[in-house]
Amino acid sequence: MLLVPGLVLCATSESTWGQIPEMFDPAGPNAESVRSVFWLVLAVCTVIFIVVGGTILAFVIRFRERTIDAETEPPQFYGSQPIELAWTLAPALTVLMLALVVIRSVIELRTAPPMQHDQRVRVVGHQWWWEFEYPDYGFSTANELVIPVSEGDQRRSIHLQLESADVIHSFWVPRLAGKTDLIPAKTNEMWLAADQEGTYFGRCAEYCGTQHAKMLIRVDVVSEAAFVQWVEQQKKPAAWNQAVQTGHDRFMELACANCHTIRGTDARGRFGPDLTHLMSRHALASGIMENTQANLTRWIKNPNLDKAGCRMPNMRLSDEDVQAIVDYLLTLR
Amino acid sequence: MTAAPQSHAHDSDSSFRPPLTARLHDWVTTVDHKRIGLMYVIMSLLFLVVGGIEAMLIRFQLWTANNTLVSADTFNQLFTMHGTTMIFFVVMPMIAGFANYLVPLMIGCRDVAFPRLNALGFWLSLFGGCILYLSYFTGKGLYGGGAAPDVGWFAYAPLTSPAYARGGSVDYWILGTMVSGIGGITFAVNLIATIVTMRAPGMRLGQVPLFVWMMLIDAWLILFAFPPLTAAQVMLLMDRHLGAHFFDTQAGGSAVLWQHLFWFFGHPEVYIMALPAFGIISEVVPVFSRKVIFGYTSMAMATAAIGFISMGVWAHHMFTVGMSDALDAIFSAASFLIAVPTGIKIFNWTATLYGGRLRLKTPMLFALGFLTMFLIGGLTGIMLAAVPVDWQVSDSYFLVAHFHYVLFGGSLFALMAGFYYWFPKATGRMLGEELGRLHFWLLFVGFNVLFGPMHVSGVLGMPRRVYTYQPGQGWEVWNQLSTIGGVIMGIGFLCFFGNVMHSLFRGKSAGSDPWDAWTLEWATTSPPAVYNFEVVPEVRSRRPLWDLKHPEDPDWKHE
Repeated sequence: MLLVPGLVLCATSESTWGQIPEMFDPAGPNAESVRSVFWLVLAVCTVIFIVVGGTILAFVIRFRERTIDAETEPPQFYGSQPIELAWTLAPALTVLMLALVVIRSVIELRTAPPMQHDQRVRVVGHQWWWEFEYPDYGFSTANELVIPVSEGDQRRSIHLQLESADVIHSFWVPRLAGKTDLIPAKTNEMWLAADQEGTYFGRCAEYCGTQHAKMLIRVDVVSEAAFVQWVEQQKKPAAWNQAVQTGHDRFMELACANCHTIRGTDARGRFGPDLTHLMSRHALASGIMENTQANLTRWIKNPNLDKAGCRMPNMRLSDEDVQAIVDYLLTLR
Repeated sequence: MTAAPQSHAHDSDSSFRPPLTARLHDWVTTVDHKRIGLMYVIMSLLFLVVGGIEAMLIRFQLWTANNTLVSADTFNQLFTMHGTTMIFFVVMPMIAGFANYLVPLMIGCRDVAFPRLNALGFWLSLFGGCILYLSYFTGKGLYGGGAAPDVGWFAYAPLTSPAYARGGSVDYWILGTMVSGIGGITFAVNLIATIVTMRAPGMRLGQVPLFVWMMLIDAWLILFAFPPLTAAQVMLLMDRHLGAHFFDTQAGGSAVLWQHLFWFFGHPEVYIMALPAFGIISEVVPVFSRKVIFGYTSMAMATAAIGFISMGVWAHHMFTVGMSDALDAIFSAASFLIAVPTGIKIFNWTATLYGGRLRLKTPMLFALGFLTMFLIGGLTGIMLAAVPVDWQVSDSYFLVAHFHYVLFGGSLFALMAGFYYWFPKATGRMLGEELGRLHFWLLFVGFNVLFGPMHVSGVLGMPRRVYTYQPGQGWEVWNQLSTIGGVIMGIGFLCFFGNVMHSLFRGKSAGSDPWDAWTLEWATTSPPAVYNFEVVPEVRSRRPLWDLKHPEDPDWKHE
């Protein structure tokens, strides 16, 4: 018999597969508190499984029919009220205990920590990318959330305001927090905080259409200083370089500007990701490929190659136009 | 109409065999509960093959990262069709088939209360399935044409709105499940009327076999759960075609409303699929342990309790939509509570094993498989009822593992136990024991290799319903294990179908009571005549055949 809890345990020991499952390796207080509840219920359930499963197995071995058995029927037991009462009360008390723990933990987790050092981010889910707007600083970026680390008494909790532009999505970065849905015409809230600098990956967890699988999240947790520097950089309008005038013009003429914003230019579309500082991001198309010149070219030529059905159409641009636009985009640092 | 099957019933006695068209005509026009039951089961097995092939395509696509075996659209259609098929057109018809065939036999009557309504119910279910699969030829999906629905089996709004689901594929999903749902409602009405009014003389409601008890509660659950689904589907149709805005978020509608309405059906539905399994286990375990069921009354009461509580836990599917703390707490506590009556059942079955003489024939093997697999599914269910844990693992592969342990390791294993147990009654021939054991072990091992690793890919962060994933997250090995498990199960099912085909024609003759069992269906011939019983035995206890076989120590002395 395959012990499922055993499997989970074996997967959690780092030596087995060289990797700790994300939700057992929290990088912030929110995910950490979920982990402790998870360990508790996992432990309780494992004990129940071993006791009940073991009893069944023991009974099967002990009472299986043997050839030496007589042909008469075994004694018949019709039931026993005290025994049945006992195994009604024991599970009832167990789940009562679990329910109380859960209710306390829900209230704790839902109540966000003090607001004095908070950072607000508005998260808007789109088919199939993430918009991260920093309302305090007046800019927005896509797919890559950058937040300051929470160090010592310098607690930085991040308040996410979750909304959707189209269908239901779900924001899930397992090492930082559990998931919360982004629902159109409803505003949800969640908070998270990160104790360690680093990069954490997440993904959309609610089926949202054709390319649900390619709606990934990257969270960069950086030091306070690096965060301030990043914010200052993002607040600036797009860089201007005379050498890429052609690409800039093609971008404005060829409908790119209808969907994308590049602050400081005439491009003010809101349907697609903000490209003002495109080259400061690590990946393209919601985390599915590295942000390089080659990938950018491939993507603009035909987005359907890597993300069939995505909302960015194949504009059937000539190679020269694509080249010019890519050259322009490469200057948007 | 009723004359046709009766003339057919005698053909086993005589050498006269009517032509094929006449026999098919008999089947199509029959109102005999046994034939309708068998047609339900055959329909279920056909859809099981289709749903299984869909599952295998899903598994092969997930073998490696960035696999391109099927496209995103095809994959999304596959998991939608797999879920819808398995729930509405495999498990539900199989249950209806078992209940139709067995309940009148078990309570000693000649047919169900409304035989023609019964036939209507079957044909509605079958044509519902046909409508669903017509979509492959004439529907239109989220992206591209001529395609099956691709919105997931619970079809969350607003993904189903005309803005995001152009074309007709969602309409096929609505109509297919709605039509078969209406079939389900007629089945439930019929069953309740039959059990309440048509029991054999002397048989009190407290003396019917536990399978009948659980089907009674099950039918009530169907009656309460399906109409809200049908209503929600009508609302969705109005949204899609008549310009209503129930779920249209861009015009003040609510996406969360659909979730409430759907899960108000969807969660009782889980128990609708589980209770008949409990019933089958409550018949198989005692007979193969050679002991009376431990605690009949508490089993029946626990079933009723499950029925009540299951109507009040639906929002535990929605812990991530941002409900209030109070709602989260209430639905979490109610979900925990359901572990109590379920626990009683598992303990009572285990206690029935104690002191018995366990005959480990194929039905019993499947019943024991059910006990252990359902135990795991129930325990992961407790984990999911813990709200913060749910925030992490819901909509991940951990959840997929959980409900397959409940519905496959639970319901389908029990249905297989029932299949091996009652096949001799329905056909007059035994299923091969050797192939049966092989089938069980391949299924048991394959099942655990398939669904065990999904717990791990879930805690590793793999969300459900993704057609592909990025490399380097450690997900490959667990997915490959799952796929291998799927192949093993596929071979197991080949053994099963081979066994059925072989046994239908060459199987050992069964006689009327091959398992030395105690309920009324074994008191008549195998297969039973159209009129079921020539003489209904006197019923004075829960095990009328035990009383006949053990006149020195009959049950009614102890009840």
